[in-house]
Amino acid sequence: MSKMTLKTEGDTHVIVTRRFAAPPEAVYRAHTDPKLIQKWLLGPEGWTMPVCITETKPGGKFRYEWTNGKGGGFHITGEYLELEPYNRIVHVERMHLPDPTPDNHIETRFEADGAGTLMTMRMTLPDGKTRAAMLATGMEHGMEASYVRLEGML
Amino acid sequence: MYNLDAAFSALADPTRRAILARLAKGEATVNELAEPFEMTQPAISQHLKVLEGAGLIVRRVEGTKRPRRLAKAGIEAMNQWLAMLRKALETNYDRLDFVLAGMEKQKRGKK
Repeated sequence: MSKMTLKTEGDTHVIVTRRFAAPPEAVYRAHTDPKLIQKWLLGPEGWTMPVCITETKPGGKFRYEWTNGKGGGFHITGEYLELEPYNRIVHVERMHLPDPTPDNHIETRFEADGAGTLMTMRMTLPDGKTRAAMLATGMEHGMEASYVRLEGML
Repeated sequence: MYNLDAAFSALADPTRRAILARLAKGEATVNELAEPFEMTQPAISQHLKVLEGAGLIVRRVEGTKRPRRLAKAGIEAMNQWLAMLRKALETNYDRLDFVLAGMEKQKRGKK
């Protein structure tokens, strides 16, 4: 069973949906409470998020810092534009690699779905090239994992 | 084995990945490809050569133009790319499932 969908829309959007067994309040909290975020928003195995600051109010800033424990790392900074507990978060974010990427505008909705939640994340990138670059960054992480697997086989 | 290696190193460059992403939307000439990347034609041609060598794209002859499009391997690479991004996100959300289950348990324990 695949619970998640990821698709591109038009030239600049990426849409991700995912169902969760918990109610919207819990899923919303897991997206805004630093102690909870640090437990799951980690990417590939071996990465941790030692710094997680969220100023959860409209206009508030947030900062996520990741490290792989081997000297590798990057961070994301962003601002909350709208926060509607426990239904909707609108924010902008950019990755620092270390130069900042163009802003990714993200609307995340949490809708009650039976006893659980349907989350819909709609990302809007400034243009098609930026979207391609963002997807490519995701690929880099995937490739890193592939290389590690490959090393294990040799 | 050689092809797989060539494909991997061809994809290691962000510009080449962006070129593939552009070609996923349809055939394009060198001029059309050079424009959004703010690169010179020779620089783009060099990247195209690497992608061709790896079997990810093919060219067609149309008068003086040589439009490029994704080869079957290129389409597969693009699908794999989306699949890898999907997998990284899925790993996060699988972890979130555990976090949420833990939150529910804690809530019930307090009642």
